[in-house]
Amino acid sequence: MQQPPNSSRRQFLGLAGGAAALGAIPVITVRPAEATPAMLASAIQNVTAGAVVHTGKVKLDIPPLVENGNTVPMMVTVAHPMAPEDHVRSIHVFNEKNPQPNIANFYLGPHSGRAQVSTRIRLADSQKIVAIAKLSDGSFWSASVDVVVTLAACTEEVI
Amino acid sequence: MRPFGAIAAALLTASAVCAAEIPQADRRSGYSFMKADTKAMQDEDTANPGMLWVLDGEALWKRKLGAANKACADCHGDARTSMKGIAARYPAFDKAAGRPIDLEQRINSCRSNHQQATPLPFESRELLALTAFVSRQSQGTPIETGADPQLAPFIARGGERYMQRQGQLNLACANCHDDNWDKKLVGSAITQGHPTGYPLYRLEWQSLGSLQRRLRACITGIRAQAYDYGAPELVELELYLMSRARGMAMEAPGVRP
Amino acid sequence: MASALINVPAKAKRGDIIEIKTLMSHIMETGYRHTTTGEAVPRNIITSFTCRFNGNEIFRADLFPAIAANPFITFFTTAAESGKFEFEWTGDKGFSETASASITVE
Repeated sequence: MQQPPNSSRRQFLGLAGGAAALGAIPVITVRPAEATPAMLASAIQNVTAGAVVHTGKVKLDIPPLVENGNTVPMMVTVAHPMAPEDHVRSIHVFNEKNPQPNIANFYLGPHSGRAQVSTRIRLADSQKIVAIAKLSDGSFWSASVDVVVTLAACTEEVI
Repeated sequence: MRPFGAIAAALLTASAVCAAEIPQADRRSGYSFMKADTKAMQDEDTANPGMLWVLDGEALWKRKLGAANKACADCHGDARTSMKGIAARYPAFDKAAGRPIDLEQRINSCRSNHQQATPLPFESRELLALTAFVSRQSQGTPIETGADPQLAPFIARGGERYMQRQGQLNLACANCHDDNWDKKLVGSAITQGHPTGYPLYRLEWQSLGSLQRRLRACITGIRAQAYDYGAPELVELELYLMSRARGMAMEAPGVRP
Repeated sequence: MASALINVPAKAKRGDIIEIKTLMSHIMETGYRHTTTGEAVPRNIITSFTCRFNGNEIFRADLFPAIAANPFITFFTTAAESGKFEFEWTGDKGFSETASASITVE
């Protein structure tokens, strides 16, 4: 592929990612590894309403190398007390590259005793998964994990 | 890695009835190739989606139907005792058919002859559910398929087919599952092809499925024309594989990637 | 045919934190797949799961197409008194299933 003489591949990707974050290009398939795609950012915005999201407290357990992207076990644990005056209200899980950024929302309360949920998810491709917890004081905490989805060797046409 | 000569040698001796291409001591269930998370899904009933079909099968077992208005339970009683070890002996020789039939075909023959109901389509939820429920009663029992001497010629034919190169990729089942089972194909482990867990829940399918479905997918994978569901060739292949796994523990409903 | 598998301990001590595991039969069709002839397969998923204890909601989840078929959901609760857990799954095409399980708290 021909490239302008002064443009490295990295620069090109950086520009594309920047444009996506501004919403100029709704969906792009090539982007820098650390950029947050617009759809994921807006799904997170819907939950946090722009509040600061701290890193920490949340633990996201997903196998780093999954056997089949159609059924991936996932567990979210929030290291926080579950007391009436101070507890985890909800846990929200997002992904980067599925057709839709939301995976699930879980609503808990002080009676939960432990802020830990698990389920099984679908991952269309290797990508970043983000879990955000909302505490009763209104603060948000998060963790993210990069997952490698290997493609099965012998798949059958499902439909 | 084994020398290529081993494949040729295996092909030359293909007509022999051999249940020990892989030495007994080296035989491994597909379960042992799985990652811990996938094993955990099979290990616990309430985590194993295959149990949803077992539950459905239990309900169907008690349902009266057909012109005879009979339930499976009316003849066979409590499946926990009457069906214990049964699936571990299938495919089995059927006198009326004069040839082996698999468990799905046995259930359908019961429906036609005793319940006077229409047979269930292969891979239908009901047939998978009944098969899963019956197979579940053999969980942990050693596979005994192939003990009946009448089955010998059919096992031999299944074995020949297992060793026969076919399709655009010109591969025999044995090329992967006997000769390269300790390796990987793309990201997937190549297993030894012991059908210990069928019908089983495949993460890829996101559903329970039969051994015939798996064999058809494998045959399509080597770009050969898959046999139709219920074809004698498929049943002979099932029979060969089950007799090859003789002594291994039944796991149905298994979970595989 | 829709089956549910629920794992709730039959007995617990007051104040114990117990795990609840649920598994529900459902295809969870994403709405993003096409048949070989190119027709879109319409979305058909469970969108909501709720657990109530003695009538009060103790856990709820919103599900999206990224949840695998036959949804498996686990969560925790504190055993405060004996009673009944009621589980409800609702979704597209009028899907609605319920299950229940009882616990004795000593």
